[in-house]
Amino acid sequence: MTSSAKSANRPGVGWALLFVAPATVGLVALYLWPFLSTFVKSFQDVPAFGPATYTGLDNYAELAGDGEVWQAFGNSALYTVLVLLGIPLAVVLAALIEQVSRGRSVYRVLFFLPVVTLPVAVGMVWRFIYNGDFGLLNYVLSWFGVDGHYWVADPRFTIYAFAAVGVWMGLGINLIILGAGLQAIPKAVYEASALDGAGRVRQFFHITVPLLSPSIFFVTILTVIAALQMFDLIFIMLRSVNNTALADSKTIVYLFYEKAFVQFQQGYGAAIAIVLLIVIMIATALQFRLQRSWVFYG
Amino acid sequence: MRHTWTAALAVAATLLTACSSGSTGGSTGEAAPAGEKVTLTYANWSEDQAPAMEQIATEFQKENPNITVKVQTLPWPEYWSTLQVGAAGGTAPDAFWMLADHFREYAKGGALIDLSDTVKTAGIDMTAYPKAVSDSYTYEGKIFALPKDFDTNGIWYNKALFDAAGVTYPDDTWGWQQVQDAAKKLTDPAKGVWGIAAPIDAQGGYYNTILQAGGGIIKPGGTASDFAGPEAVAGLKFWTDLQKAGVSPTLKQLSDTEAVSMFESQKVAMYFSGAYWALRFHKNADLKGKVDVAPLPQGVKRATVTSGIGNAGYAGSKHPEELKKFLVFLGGAKAAEIQAATGTVLPAYKGTQQPWLDSMPEFKLQVFIDAIDYSVPLPVAGNTAEWQGLAAQYLAPAWDGVKPVEEAAKEYQAAVDEVLAKQ
Repeated sequence: MTSSAKSANRPGVGWALLFVAPATVGLVALYLWPFLSTFVKSFQDVPAFGPATYTGLDNYAELAGDGEVWQAFGNSALYTVLVLLGIPLAVVLAALIEQVSRGRSVYRVLFFLPVVTLPVAVGMVWRFIYNGDFGLLNYVLSWFGVDGHYWVADPRFTIYAFAAVGVWMGLGINLIILGAGLQAIPKAVYEASALDGAGRVRQFFHITVPLLSPSIFFVTILTVIAALQMFDLIFIMLRSVNNTALADSKTIVYLFYEKAFVQFQQGYGAAIAIVLLIVIMIATALQFRLQRSWVFYG
Repeated sequence: MRHTWTAALAVAATLLTACSSGSTGGSTGEAAPAGEKVTLTYANWSEDQAPAMEQIATEFQKENPNITVKVQTLPWPEYWSTLQVGAAGGTAPDAFWMLADHFREYAKGGALIDLSDTVKTAGIDMTAYPKAVSDSYTYEGKIFALPKDFDTNGIWYNKALFDAAGVTYPDDTWGWQQVQDAAKKLTDPAKGVWGIAAPIDAQGGYYNTILQAGGGIIKPGGTASDFAGPEAVAGLKFWTDLQKAGVSPTLKQLSDTEAVSMFESQKVAMYFSGAYWALRFHKNADLKGKVDVAPLPQGVKRATVTSGIGNAGYAGSKHPEELKKFLVFLGGAKAAEIQAATGTVLPAYKGTQQPWLDSMPEFKLQVFIDAIDYSVPLPVAGNTAEWQGLAAQYLAPAWDGVKPVEEAAKEYQAAVDEVLAKQ
């Protein structure tokens, strides 16, 4: 008798299968199946309707020579790097909030609000803030005698403008995760270091940051993945009738959307999605490799 | 009508869809009808028009108590991805709005129900629709959608700004030069007022001027474009000259704040666009008594592009007979009259436009109907959405004045031809 047959005879296995069924069915139907079908499509020429034809690696070959794809990857990479700058900011803010003795949760709620706000609403509000003629940002800059720009209509600035929103939107989640990490650091460590004469700043760099590094690492992983998938901001903020910055500001997921759903090239879109998946996997693997040198598991 | 309902509208729609999509008007009548009860879905992308669509559905249900019609309103960008995925996957709405530039892909892919026989048996007179519109929903000799509405273009202008600058209002005697001259006189940098909005707008803008210059946009046969010919270049120059003269907001400004919003906030005095803005301007209290419309100026000749929404049905619908019945109703006089009376749009059905004219008497809306006589169908060829999407990218340098128009036009033409060659 094989081991699997043995286990199938054990009482309760049927129940166990029944209990995991909803999750498994959901996983297969909502993740595994779409992934496989995307993978298959990436080797096909898929018209809007009607039968697909296999074209082997044609989509990938076209993609490698497509300047638009490279530019989109470049934009996504720049955006990701800029959004990562928000992590040190989140660490500092988390440490500061931790110092607050009363009303800590008020701060947390304030920073968390953007996370639970509809991205569409966020995009609209920022579109107004960034408006070159009537925007809030340029108005505030004018107080200091600074000439503003067309932040989301000038391709030189769009990615930076998105990144500022991305940092702001990501702050809430990061603060929650980092805040939880901070609370896990024993108070005794701080007390001991204070007795040894360490100041606040020194404590921050020599206790808080190293002991928080597992949380920082986790936040970094999440941030990179989310940043590489950025789509909604560009979708809301650049989709006016003909925004002249759009051609130069597309992110990789935006390009995927455009190819697959606007231009009816689903096979090509699928290939872009697969390449993005590989890029995310490599980026994440790389981070796991690098973490050995800086993450401290006390 | 396609790209004009974009970002702002789409976002507003996103926020509002939840509220509206649940409310389908009308009960299914008192007497229990013979035959099984059937529910049809009818998708559109316009919050502005949704109430009229509900009213049409209710009217249809009165005549067909066994059929319930659910009106679905989706935001513009989501509309097309939902429809495409639904049509490919078997879950598309039964009836839905279609546009000329998307139509060909759907018809070619067999996603639309063929209405050719229905038109014959129901005795529909196809000449009741503007030919330019009904032609654009015919594919390989078969009819796949009945025109719902149509739009031609005119000059929307702000009378208050014209009065302030002492410029006479545009009328049917105007040629290109008059527009250029008036735009200069109307521009007042101190007040932040521009004479005209000159965005990179195909349907409301350069398609019309290219045609007025005697050019074509797509060469006969649909396998090559004609953006670089001397007539087309002249048509494009009409707009780049306005930019060069500084009588329009820059492209960047128009990217941030769409031309129609600029017009509504009374920052621009003239705006070339379609009939579909009438209701919005009519409802805008700030513009009361200040706005009117005139025919497009003449170039070498008169011309305007025209297009319209078509009502199409899904080939995979579970209730094809009921669906055809509904589509016939949507293409008929009663549905047109409801649209006209609510001021929603200019209905395509001949003779039903009067209530639309009467609903907003402050505008000379007859301009749009008169324009049918010199209207040309919106150019479509190959994967239209793809090559149209390239326009802003290739033409912007000409608008910004950093590249000669001839050169930008040549590059755009090459890019369009490359897309067309893929067919």
